[in-house]
Amino acid sequence: MTAEPRRRPRLAVWKFASCDGCQLTLLDCEDELLGLAEQVEIAHFLEASSASAPGPYDLSLVEGSVTTAQDVDRIHHIRAVSRRLVTIGACATAGGVQALRNYADVAEFQAAVYARPDYVATLATSTPISAHVPVDFELRGCPVDRRQLLEVITAHLAGRRPAVPAHSVCFECKQRGTVCVTVAHGTPCLGPVTHAGCGAICPTFGRGCYGCFGPSDSTNFPAFVPLLRRDGMDTLDVVRVLRTFNTAAPEFDAASRKELER
Amino acid sequence: MTHRGSRVLHVGSLSRVEGEGSLHLRIRGEEVAEARLAIYEPPRFFEAFLRGRSYTEPPDITSRICGICPVAYQLSACRAIEDACGVTVDGQLAALRRLIYCGEWIESHTLHVHLLHAPDFHGCANVVELARSRRADVERGLRLKQAGNAIIELLGGRAVHPVNVRLGGFHRVPSRSELRPLEEQLRRAREDAALTVRWVAGFEFPEAGCDHDLLALAEPDRYAIESGTPTVMPAPHTAGLPATSRRALPTRTFGVREFGDHVVERQVPHSTALHARLDGRRHLTGPLARYAISGRLLSPIALQAAQDAGLGDPRQGVVCRNPYRSIVVRAVEVLHAVDEALRLIDAYEPPPRPYVDVPPRAGTGHGATEAPRGLLHHSYTLDAEGTVTDAVLVPPTAQNQDAIEEDLRRTVQEHLRSGDPTDAELTALCERAVRNHDPCISCSTHFLDLTVDRAGGGH
Repeated sequence: MTAEPRRRPRLAVWKFASCDGCQLTLLDCEDELLGLAEQVEIAHFLEASSASAPGPYDLSLVEGSVTTAQDVDRIHHIRAVSRRLVTIGACATAGGVQALRNYADVAEFQAAVYARPDYVATLATSTPISAHVPVDFELRGCPVDRRQLLEVITAHLAGRRPAVPAHSVCFECKQRGTVCVTVAHGTPCLGPVTHAGCGAICPTFGRGCYGCFGPSDSTNFPAFVPLLRRDGMDTLDVVRVLRTFNTAAPEFDAASRKELER
Repeated sequence: MTHRGSRVLHVGSLSRVEGEGSLHLRIRGEEVAEARLAIYEPPRFFEAFLRGRSYTEPPDITSRICGICPVAYQLSACRAIEDACGVTVDGQLAALRRLIYCGEWIESHTLHVHLLHAPDFHGCANVVELARSRRADVERGLRLKQAGNAIIELLGGRAVHPVNVRLGGFHRVPSRSELRPLEEQLRRAREDAALTVRWVAGFEFPEAGCDHDLLALAEPDRYAIESGTPTVMPAPHTAGLPATSRRALPTRTFGVREFGDHVVERQVPHSTALHARLDGRRHLTGPLARYAISGRLLSPIALQAAQDAGLGDPRQGVVCRNPYRSIVVRAVEVLHAVDEALRLIDAYEPPPRPYVDVPPRAGTGHGATEAPRGLLHHSYTLDAEGTVTDAVLVPPTAQNQDAIEEDLRRTVQEHLRSGDPTDAELTALCERAVRNHDPCISCSTHFLDLTVDRAGGGH
């Protein structure tokens, strides 16, 4: 009796409202791309392939946030045909920069941008994928980190939990030996409340972290915000920095609302 | 030959482009009644939420419009805001900006050439399939792309949404020795880029031409990338089908500040992206326009490679107007960008400060740069404290949309006259015609200033 050839896991990559940067991160794995393509069957990935095969899929990577009624239907369909569903990036995980509309009157936004808003169908909110369907794993970042993305995919292939730490950017500065920009220079830095993963890039370039990976697993805003104020940020500055790429992340959202109530 | 009646062809999801769009064709007998590139990418309202942000923020925020050309957004935003504040960035800081932009040209163009466009010329669905027959060519492309990313990562911290660009320059500038490791990688990349030009020059190109006006930035002494003056080369007025190569015509220019007087956007019902026209006419930005307007200023090895690839000599006034050959121009621009990066690294001396101060003041500023896929214009209005009160962003895809639709119409029309193509054949032809322009669809869905096209509305 001959063994059946091992079936390669089927990978699908999906896009919702986004900049394509997290999908591009997969194509930026230049050294690993062709090897990865031998391990998995790329069944659906519109940015990279004009061939598209129907589900079911073993792993769906989802980029982008939900901003239209059709998107709501589409994400339910994708969930139904995916064994595991992983969100990649700040849009899919926390609504993305386009979630700034959540604080505004979208009809006014639409009228400001389009002469004929009736031509353009959009929801009043930009929401993460988890607001609509169960998600198996959320990978943070605007954009996601290449090494973490490969870890998530290979962990799935091996049937284990991805080793993606949930601590703050401060840990990565210490690991890298970067001098703390807040302590040494009084530069406002979101590192203490921001999820690790980027490798603490901004402080190594002498700027404060601006929170593009969203909140870390434990945040202490009552202790943290006074530090930002000490280093020269006023209420509006604090609100702006929390309301940028991860504005719909619950911890950043709550902290920014608290600021405005002061 | 069977006569086919009226039919409608709909391509629901364009593949191997950045962002999401669809195609819609209406054919009556042998006539194309309508050819539309519909962009259904959901709107993200950038111009609306940039209002009320600090003037220091647009470089980081607008980079999120496009993950493939974030440097183009960062530098167009910086130039526009510095213009509003009356600050000029020059010397080595300007050279470093050009260097990081060279990285983006190498990375983005190589992505398009190898991963998105080349599979068309080999009848493959994707790069993985292409690698089965052309492994060495694909590996060379991946290596070249990596070299582009290496420049952006070294200067910007990461390849997608780099963090080191700021108003007035950079948060931190490298020492000479930090740049040195790039040199070896780029020397290898120069070989790879030259081989890539030869590889794509050997593809089979359909006979095709276009009669769009061409728009690109131009500089007196170098191939424009991160700055320049908008320059227009009008379309030839000869009758009949346009030839693939034409003689250059005299150009005209206008100031970056007058951009909005010349390039005007209007909303159309079938697309979330606006259509822009240049002085009321259809126009094209991107590699073909740049090569026509600035080709004579390419580095000597890039210019020689262009001649050898059959693009014609821009110094003799030859202009390539075959959209399919844009892949060759892109490859030539990659070679130029690698060469230029090596030149910039060689001449680099660290500036005394990583940035010049940009104090806020009330006013409106304009900035334009050459994104890999075409001219990208930003303008911002600031109040005296530096709060953004208005933002207008005009990306290349919005400008190219009319030209792409005209290419689609012409391609389909020619094939209807010369045969009886099936829907599948027409679909493949149309997708190729769109990919020629490397449209960045995520970029194209957010505009502010527009005039209402009521005649074309009908809702």
